[in-house]
Amino acid sequence: MNPIVVIGSGLAGFNTVKEFRKLDKETPVVVLTADDGRNYSKPMLSTGFTKEKTADELAMATPEQVAEQFNVTVRTGVHVAGIDTDKQRVLLPDDHLDYSALVLALGADTWTPPLEGDAVGEVFSVNDLMDYGRFRQALDGKKSVTILGGGLIGCEFANDLSNGGFQVSLVEPLGRCLPMLLPEAASAAVGRGLESLGVEFHFGPLAKAVHRDRNGEGLVTELSDGTHLKSDVVLSAIGLRPRIDIAKEAGLRTNRGILTDQQLRASADNVYALGDCAEVEGHVLPYVLPLMASARALAKTLAGEATPVSYGVMPVTIKTPACPVVVCPPPEELDGDWEVEEDGNSVRALFRDRDGALRGYALTGEVVKEKLKLNKELPALMP
Amino acid sequence: MKKWECVVCGFIYDEEEGLPEEGIEPGTKWEDVPEDWVCPDCGVGKEDFEMIEI
Repeated sequence: MNPIVVIGSGLAGFNTVKEFRKLDKETPVVVLTADDGRNYSKPMLSTGFTKEKTADELAMATPEQVAEQFNVTVRTGVHVAGIDTDKQRVLLPDDHLDYSALVLALGADTWTPPLEGDAVGEVFSVNDLMDYGRFRQALDGKKSVTILGGGLIGCEFANDLSNGGFQVSLVEPLGRCLPMLLPEAASAAVGRGLESLGVEFHFGPLAKAVHRDRNGEGLVTELSDGTHLKSDVVLSAIGLRPRIDIAKEAGLRTNRGILTDQQLRASADNVYALGDCAEVEGHVLPYVLPLMASARALAKTLAGEATPVSYGVMPVTIKTPACPVVVCPPPEELDGDWEVEEDGNSVRALFRDRDGALRGYALTGEVVKEKLKLNKELPALMP
Repeated sequence: MKKWECVVCGFIYDEEEGLPEEGIEPGTKWEDVPEDWVCPDCGVGKEDFEMIEI
């Protein structure tokens, strides 16, 4: 029997394997990864300084250990050249691999805006453990970091790098922290929390260029309002885009992500997708909670019991201890209003639809503990 | 009383505090937390937690 082939060794790939092995100990499984195949948890990459963990310390297992633990084959450093969905075959640079089922756990790419300057190549993004290792190395003995982007990753890194003793400047064109996730009062609370750690915000302008500093060491980031920010290192944390290229070239249906139904089936037989690369019945949710629910459901399906994934309430915790945040964004396009109560850095923002029903919330500071109570009031995202 | 950290997302279960909102009383030892309990932040099971020293 041909193996189940999993492309990707991040949380989505390895957790699918782990859950599958609880149900089926025999069927051969091959994991292909372009990375070094170490098992790690991506959310932990943005708390490494606070917890004083290097890349090696964040690695929970080597690929050899994963292979043994789950009785699978792990092939590292492999760049998949294509997929032939008719022949059920993964094309590799010098080889191919036939599958009985294919799991696309490709993750997402960091997206960096077009920048000018002679130091663009030195701008970091941290999207996997290998990136993280290089980033840590570049920061060794350095003092300051400019972060481009004040979304989830940018704010988490701003907090973590401040905890690590770095002077942080953060550039966010949309004018506030977490602009896509939070209502304004909650953004302001997060901003005050990070400011209390010494983070310096540049709200409004875009980064235009990154140059080497002619008068000394380090880099200069040029903003659209003419400001020049000096720092030792620049980190881009603008956003993530689901990896869909391989799927698209293989003729699978894609939109923002790889389109799947509620059983995580892509548009060809025996091909599945989950995690950051997937768009499940219209939902693109690059977070761990939906990913774990998907891995469990897919494991059952692969073991022979077709199982749709259910998304319950999907709150997102943002790791900014200077001002803790948990948010459950209301459905896009839903008509309604935020009701906001504030007490210092504690903000309770409740989103109610036109009928007065709770459809989302954002909590910061002390009131984040109300999350569990509010979750009970919210409808499931995809029952 | 011990603390246990989720290795996937960093959530901490503190035996002293328990999780009253989820029906886990303060003082509940880790081994007495139900086996089917999952991390409220990321959804992984008990096997993905490690004991931490504070």
